[in-house]
Amino acid sequence: MSDFWSIWVSVITLGVIGGCAALLWSTRKSEVHKGATEETTGHTFDGIEEYDNPMPGWWLQMFVATIIFGVIYLLAYPGLGNFKGFLGWTQVGQYEEEVAYAEETYRPVFAKYATMSVEELQAQPEGLKMGQRMFANNCSVCHGTTGSGAHGFPNLTDTDWLYGGNADTIKATIAGGRTGAMPPWGAVLGEEGVRDMTNYVLSLSGKTVDADAAARGEQQFQALCTACHGQDAKGVQALGAPNLTDDVWLYGGSFEQISHTIRVGRSGVMPAHKDLLSDDKIHLITSYVYSLSNK
Amino acid sequence: MSTAAEHPTYNYKVVRQFAIMTVVWGIVGMAVGVLIASQLVWPALNFDTAWLSFGRLRPLHTNAVIFAFGGSALFATSYYVVQRTCQVRLISDKLAAFTFWGWQLVIVAAAITLPLGITSSKEYAELEWPIDILITIVWVAYAIVFLGTVKIRKTSHIYVGNWFYMAFIITVAVLHIVNSAAVPVSLSSFKSYSVYPGAIDAMVQWWYGHNAVGFFLTAGFLGMMYYFVPKQAERPIYSYRLSIVHFWALIATYMWAGGHHLHYTALPDWAQSVAMVMSLILLAPSWGGMINGMMTLSGAWHKLRTDPVLRFLVVSLSFYGMSTFEGPMMAIKTVNALSHYTDWTVGHVHAGALGWVAMISIGATYHMIPRLWGKAQMFSVSLINTHFWLATIGTVLYICAMWVNGILQGLMWRAVNEDGTLTYSFVEALEASHPGYFVRALGGAFFLAGMLLMAYNVWQTVRKDSKAPAADASAQAA
Repeated sequence: MSDFWSIWVSVITLGVIGGCAALLWSTRKSEVHKGATEETTGHTFDGIEEYDNPMPGWWLQMFVATIIFGVIYLLAYPGLGNFKGFLGWTQVGQYEEEVAYAEETYRPVFAKYATMSVEELQAQPEGLKMGQRMFANNCSVCHGTTGSGAHGFPNLTDTDWLYGGNADTIKATIAGGRTGAMPPWGAVLGEEGVRDMTNYVLSLSGKTVDADAAARGEQQFQALCTACHGQDAKGVQALGAPNLTDDVWLYGGSFEQISHTIRVGRSGVMPAHKDLLSDDKIHLITSYVYSLSNK
Repeated sequence: MSTAAEHPTYNYKVVRQFAIMTVVWGIVGMAVGVLIASQLVWPALNFDTAWLSFGRLRPLHTNAVIFAFGGSALFATSYYVVQRTCQVRLISDKLAAFTFWGWQLVIVAAAITLPLGITSSKEYAELEWPIDILITIVWVAYAIVFLGTVKIRKTSHIYVGNWFYMAFIITVAVLHIVNSAAVPVSLSSFKSYSVYPGAIDAMVQWWYGHNAVGFFLTAGFLGMMYYFVPKQAERPIYSYRLSIVHFWALIATYMWAGGHHLHYTALPDWAQSVAMVMSLILLAPSWGGMINGMMTLSGAWHKLRTDPVLRFLVVSLSFYGMSTFEGPMMAIKTVNALSHYTDWTVGHVHAGALGWVAMISIGATYHMIPRLWGKAQMFSVSLINTHFWLATIGTVLYICAMWVNGILQGLMWRAVNEDGTLTYSFVEALEASHPGYFVRALGGAFFLAGMLLMAYNVWQTVRKDSKAPAADASAQAA
């Protein structure tokens, strides 16, 4: 802030504190009684009188003590405008110190596991435990505390993978994030077409459906959907397009949910964590996630 | 409701209206509080209905208890006290009636807009700009009535209770206008945006928010305390000198303390330090009021055995002393690092809101009601006593539950393993808080039950063929 505002706030701050001290000083000096008294000020308001008792000594001492502490604090810490305080403390400085301390203290703990492969780490219960704790604090909001997923958030404990379940792919997913997009087909297919397609998609997982509708849906599927989901509808992991034949559903497998997915599309986001967590930490989280489906 | 004979000098009509609405809004605000406390125990109580959800009802609860219940209590007592201690009638009956109906309109508007999700999103200042303008008009009318009445007083001095009421009225006007400054999206829309950017908006908000506590919920109610405690105890005020010193120190330092709501945030370091220092210096001025109230009882302590109204007043002072010690302590950065964002803050607020603000309002209302309706006493003194115990136990349950939860959350959030990872995920701390949420809801239900007893007792005192004994005419005119 400019020198003017710096002086402005300093003067007002010290003025209020000094004003409190001056108030105590002047009223103490003019006290008529040193001990408890029955004498009143002579005013009466609706029958209420006022004694002229002195202010309690312990209360005055407490007041003075907080004033003295306040002044010392404002000399030691930044508080009076641009004056930095003789301790040189800042909250940014405190943050950086604590982060540096944590980096230094905990890096060796993580470095120990950094050289092991994800597969080797499966035999390291301590390392997996560390991964589990970081999962609980960073991933469980969406994927659940046990990794079993929720509506729109994949289950990580089964063997069905959108982008692939090998160690490198899991790590790439955590570090770089993913953006899944199912385009909307309602305008292209029409309501009738959406219903046919839903029947066909359900039939892929062995559900009983309207066979005629499913047959019409299959024709459309071959024309519109195979580019992503593949000729056999078993999905394409390079694109993150799900397998539609295994009765595993990210957004629910009911007729309503599937037709909704086809009609208006879906978009899913797995946020990138490479700027939030160190490589060593992502390595351990990868190992934990890997362990969920590789018991 | 009986229309008790009009007082020869004073305007009691507006006091009676506000006194009744104090009880009504107290029940409404606290009932919403018990509902949202229960939603935290049993989330199904949201009933999957947007306007019944916690996020919509929480601001309704805070606005209802602070501005509807507390506000009505302040209007009622300030109009009662200013007339009796200045020995004149209110300067304008019409303007006083306008403040009553205007304030009720503000409350009804709040009760409609907040559940609809219409909010400025500023805590304790959620109401949108059209209602803010109405508040400003009503408040200016209030200031004219109160200050005008003080001006035409028949006593030479201004009683200390009235200083506090005046500080409360003037400061709340300034706080409300500055913090609510906003640009409406359009004249046909309730939506508006604050005129302040980023961290400045946050600082203005908490300058307002903390002084809403300091001037609405503290200075105003200290004005109440300075009349009703000596009156009910029939003892002189302990120290005139102390009242002067703590008044000026309190209003000077409170103004600076708001920044402690923003410790360890984007607020510049210097503003945080000043807020912490001023919060600590505030301890003694706050306690000045407690000491003056408590010491006023010396020589009258035996009355506590028989007078539950005095008990309400004394216990409210104890909670006031406790929460004004807790506040400065929580403003210390190292303590705040543990307590901030936890239920401890909620407990601290309710130690003040239930223990101090509500209890002193209840005591003052029990004092006023018989006098306003020309009765010798309330319909049932033993019901007041039952109310006292329900309120005290409810408050203790509430704040103890929040202390336990707050410290538990603070410790769980900061616990780290040997590898530096967090020991507990957020949801684990939430699960651990569940029993505390139940006890809190129970405490709130106790407090609400007491208010229902009060409503019955007040009704039996003021209704037409009330069985409460009438005061003799000379006592009433005094």
